[in-house]
Amino acid sequence: MSSVSLRNIVKRFADFTAVHPMFLDIPEGSFVTLLGPSGCGKTTTLRMIAGLLDPTEGEISIGEQLVNNIPMHKRNLGIVFQNYALFPHKTIHDNVAFGLKYRNVSDAEVKRRVEDVLELVQLPDVGSRYPNQLSGGQQQRIALARAIVIKPDVLLLDEPLSALDANLRENMRIELKRIQEKTGITTVFVTHDQSEALAMSDKLVVMSEGRIEQVGAPKDVYDNPESSFVADFLGTSNIIDVNCESADKSGVCVDAKHLGSVCLPREKARNASAGLAAKLVIRAEKLYLVAADTPSDLRSSVEGVVETVDYQGQAVRYFVRVGDLQLQALNMIDNQPFNEGDTVSLRFRPQDCVALKGEG
Amino acid sequence: MARETREARQPWLLLAPALTTIFFLLVVPVLFVVVYSFWLRTANGSDQPGFYMTNWAEVVTDPFYRDILFNTLKIAAVTTFLCALLGYPTAYFIARSRGNKAMLLMLLMLPFWISYIIRTMSWINILGVSGALNSLLLSLGVIETPLQLLYNEATVVLGLVHFLLPFMVLNIYVSVEGIDETLEDAACSLGSTRWQSFLEVTLPLSLPGLAAGGLLCFVLAAGTYITPLVLGGPTDAMFANLVFEAIITQLDWPLGSALSLVLVAVLGALVFIYNRFFGMAQLMKGLS
Repeated sequence: MSSVSLRNIVKRFADFTAVHPMFLDIPEGSFVTLLGPSGCGKTTTLRMIAGLLDPTEGEISIGEQLVNNIPMHKRNLGIVFQNYALFPHKTIHDNVAFGLKYRNVSDAEVKRRVEDVLELVQLPDVGSRYPNQLSGGQQQRIALARAIVIKPDVLLLDEPLSALDANLRENMRIELKRIQEKTGITTVFVTHDQSEALAMSDKLVVMSEGRIEQVGAPKDVYDNPESSFVADFLGTSNIIDVNCESADKSGVCVDAKHLGSVCLPREKARNASAGLAAKLVIRAEKLYLVAADTPSDLRSSVEGVVETVDYQGQAVRYFVRVGDLQLQALNMIDNQPFNEGDTVSLRFRPQDCVALKGEG
Repeated sequence: MARETREARQPWLLLAPALTTIFFLLVVPVLFVVVYSFWLRTANGSDQPGFYMTNWAEVVTDPFYRDILFNTLKIAAVTTFLCALLGYPTAYFIARSRGNKAMLLMLLMLPFWISYIIRTMSWINILGVSGALNSLLLSLGVIETPLQLLYNEATVVLGLVHFLLPFMVLNIYVSVEGIDETLEDAACSLGSTRWQSFLEVTLPLSLPGLAAGGLLCFVLAAGTYITPLVLGGPTDAMFANLVFEAIITQLDWPLGSALSLVLVAVLGALVFIYNRFFGMAQLMKGLS
């Protein structure tokens, strides 16, 4: 197990820069997720750590060692590929034992380690089968077993769950986290799926267009997005252009037009300054719809008309028109959901909002 | 019940035109050849119908035929081996290239637009006494008199490799193309070098293509008579030349029939063995 550090990493392809100067520390034993939409540079970054791509500039270290010039097969990494990449002509046992062949491990030790790791991924009896005789989820576990049996310094996971169907994916997510915690291997996980990223990571790295947007614990990043990209990409947010009326040590008040004046605690509006444009972020699940005539004890309350109802079973997503704003609200269903055309009252608590620096 | 029989009959109805064609244009002529092989050519040059084992006895017992059969199989084997050796890297390169694969494959097919005989004869202009190579060496002063490069077993193999290489490349290409590239990455990540990964993963997975290409090359090489005729010397006759000689030159159809059936039987046995290990489907993949 080792930490990984990226120092000023850049990757350029011909006339396209996939990764802009990037610094990242991945602490020993942690589970770090690179999250972003496709084309954000997360897979390129992973492939550079793996040694499948050479960085154009910068240094990559694993543990204390600079690995820029160390070929992939000497880096002692476990990689799980998106399509599993199991060897179709080898049995499960031979697939899992593959990496041990290059590691001076005695036959008895190979047998014991393969058995142990198959036990760990809860597939103890498949050793003599071939990959195409296993289901997608089982192949996934074998790919993981093959990667961790060599006791890698770092485990790299390239969207390993994306080929599985929804239910299986959620189970594998828990399974993967359990195995990572049990083995304590430093893990770098690449995904575009925010729920995977939020559920599994110790540290979340949100990327966009080759740059790191924000790094932090999942809850911090979710609750305190530092850019409108992060606010928009993680969860569903309403991002409203507002003007900052006043700002002092205790709090910040913004003029949110139809929503009236909203006053946030200072830690929710670190970069807002009085007199400048700002962006107010209201999470869709923090915006509550109540019947128009309900008496209010919250200060921020405004009326709107339900335009679209997106029914999701236990929850419902509303699109609500307030003046020239369309707001999204994600609410659990209590009794009957509202109907299109209903006039409703919107409620939110200012401390659930975030104010970001506006553009220009 | 009636409907079931109709449904059972339907595929055969659809296949009927093809089966009829194959029956009359392939099965019937081969049966003629089988019948012919038991006839006898009389001293006055006419064919004597009947059931004589004379041709078969001659073909099976005469060491002349046996030696040429073995030599034919040897030349076919050497040709196949060389095609595999030259064809694998080429096919691998095309399959893994990021560039214009269609263009590269097209270049590979280009020679097929020129007659096989013309292509074979082109070697005379290259290796002949007054050919390109000799002219070059003479003008450079490397040699005083032209070298006799043509009309030996080596030039026969050269001509065959030239003719058959595209078949080998196409078959291997199809096979390598179908192998997921990340498999080699996965092998490398587990500690094997690029070369070890190739030997452990890509090579075994491409064996069916290599075998299919090998079978095609071997069968086509063993059955050819043009190449030894054009590029071989008097002692380099291959088995198909014997058939050509018997039928066209000596007009001995019964003997020629028996000889050709021997070649069909030997190559048929080879195809049968291949089919046991790889199945014919792999062969069709390369041709489509």
